[in-house]
Amino acid sequence: MLYAILCYNDEDVVYSWTKEEDDAVMAKLDVVHQKLAKQGKLGPAARLLPTTAATTVRKDREPPLVIDGPFAETKEQLLGFYVIDCSALEEALEITRELARANPGGAYEIRPIRLFLPGSAAR
Amino acid sequence: MNDLAFIDAALTSARPQAVGALLRYFRDLDRAEEAFQEACLRALQHWPQNGPPRDPAAWLIFVGRNVAIDEARRRSKEQALPPDDVISDLEDAEGALAERLDGAHYRDDILRLMFICCHPDLPANQQIALALRLVSGLSVKQIARAFLVSESAMEQRITRAKGRIAEADVPFETPGAPERAERLAAVAAMIYLVFNEGYSASADAAERRAPLCEEAIRLARLLLRLFPGEPEIMGLTALLLLQHSRATVRLDADGNIVLLEDQDRRLWNGEMIAEGLALVDKAIRHRRRGPYQIQAAIAAVHARAGRPEDTDWAQIDLLYAALESLQPSPIVTLNRAVAVAKVRGAAAALAMIEPLAPRLSGYFHFFGVKGYLLMQLGRTQEARVAFDRAIALANTAAEAAHIRLHLDRLMKNAADGSSAGADLAGRHG
Repeated sequence: MLYAILCYNDEDVVYSWTKEEDDAVMAKLDVVHQKLAKQGKLGPAARLLPTTAATTVRKDREPPLVIDGPFAETKEQLLGFYVIDCSALEEALEITRELARANPGGAYEIRPIRLFLPGSAAR
Repeated sequence: MNDLAFIDAALTSARPQAVGALLRYFRDLDRAEEAFQEACLRALQHWPQNGPPRDPAAWLIFVGRNVAIDEARRRSKEQALPPDDVISDLEDAEGALAERLDGAHYRDDILRLMFICCHPDLPANQQIALALRLVSGLSVKQIARAFLVSESAMEQRITRAKGRIAEADVPFETPGAPERAERLAAVAAMIYLVFNEGYSASADAAERRAPLCEEAIRLARLLLRLFPGEPEIMGLTALLLLQHSRATVRLDADGNIVLLEDQDRRLWNGEMIAEGLALVDKAIRHRRRGPYQIQAAIAAVHARAGRPEDTDWAQIDLLYAALESLQPSPIVTLNRAVAVAKVRGAAAALAMIEPLAPRLSGYFHFFGVKGYLLMQLGRTQEARVAFDRAIALANTAAEAAHIRLHLDRLMKNAADGSSAGADLAGRHG
């Protein structure tokens, strides 16, 4: 079963980390990534640019309205996601706990995937 | 890295909102700062055990306000309340706290705090120092280090700046749209000053000052989050990111300036470039051009060129022309001339900058560019005179060394009898 792990955190705080702090978090996360990759469980993963770089298309009018910024104004923002392949929720939770230990603050949402297109982007 | 480092990051990121709100409550900068300090001390006592609250800024505002009110009561009535009561009350109340605090003020509180640092009576270096102290929360020691002055001198500078603000009227009413736009422009200019203070640093100071660039980027992102639809703030943020993406290769190991054309582009910071380009794209959609956007667009043209020879100089010429019409300045024309030289040749560029001579007679880059153009045209003797003048006007040792390098090349080429094919991208480095 494929699961998406959506990573939320307060981006004001994350972007207040020094480069050293950020590097240290990424290094710890990378240990988890490597392990998942070796087990053949790691699908595509992404770290997103800050929400200031986001654009939202709202369809509540015609033509749809293009708005600067993220879809929702929330305390924590969607900052990245993983696609992982695991047997059941328990395993997805275990992986999420490992990610959580490597990464201070924030929250994760685990969502089973309904349709998955591996994609064909060149990079 | 430990939890304290991350609590520190949480306090730093909460600071502008918390101090801004406390300033609105107390209408007194010193009281607001003291209340915030006190709240931070309590956070350091409580957060390591209980974990940071979901909304650190709300927690700090609530605690800061209570502590200060408590303190005032104690002073007036000599009737102390045990401070821990405040805290234990708070633990229960925290869930509802975020809702109870007036979120509507959030934007204007932060903008006001930034805006008071931009008071027109304050010279640029005081504005920067004050913003780093008040908004960023850097210690006087850290700021002094970045400015290469003693701690006591910096302490004085900040105290003087605060004194001036106290005399001036801090605008506490909620601003209308025109005032808000005015404040936003002043704050954007101040953030750019902070960045330039870090960017223009000479080699020996570069390492100590780089944090100023990073802080300016953080403040620009913060401002953009408050005003997500402002194309000029997108432009400002993009400009800072694109310029800073080249920070590590701008100077070589010996502290010499490395021209854009000679930089190893693989070492440019790809993440910063991606973010900068994304913001330029977003800004263009608004079709409300402004100086930051145009400068960011120029930086973006360079960032998009995989090799120096791929640079779209015609586009850069057009962008500088737009900037000239929006914000006429001899320095903009000088920069445009560099692009013009690439597109239409050195003679056209020289004709463009010659009328600037009376206004730029004390400007290092004017003589640098003039020297290059003359050199390209084979007017060696005049080029030497211009380069000598540039060296005399250099602001840093690196600038002087850079021109000397070209002088050497000139001499060598003159000796070889070949024409000099120097680059002109000095100002874009």
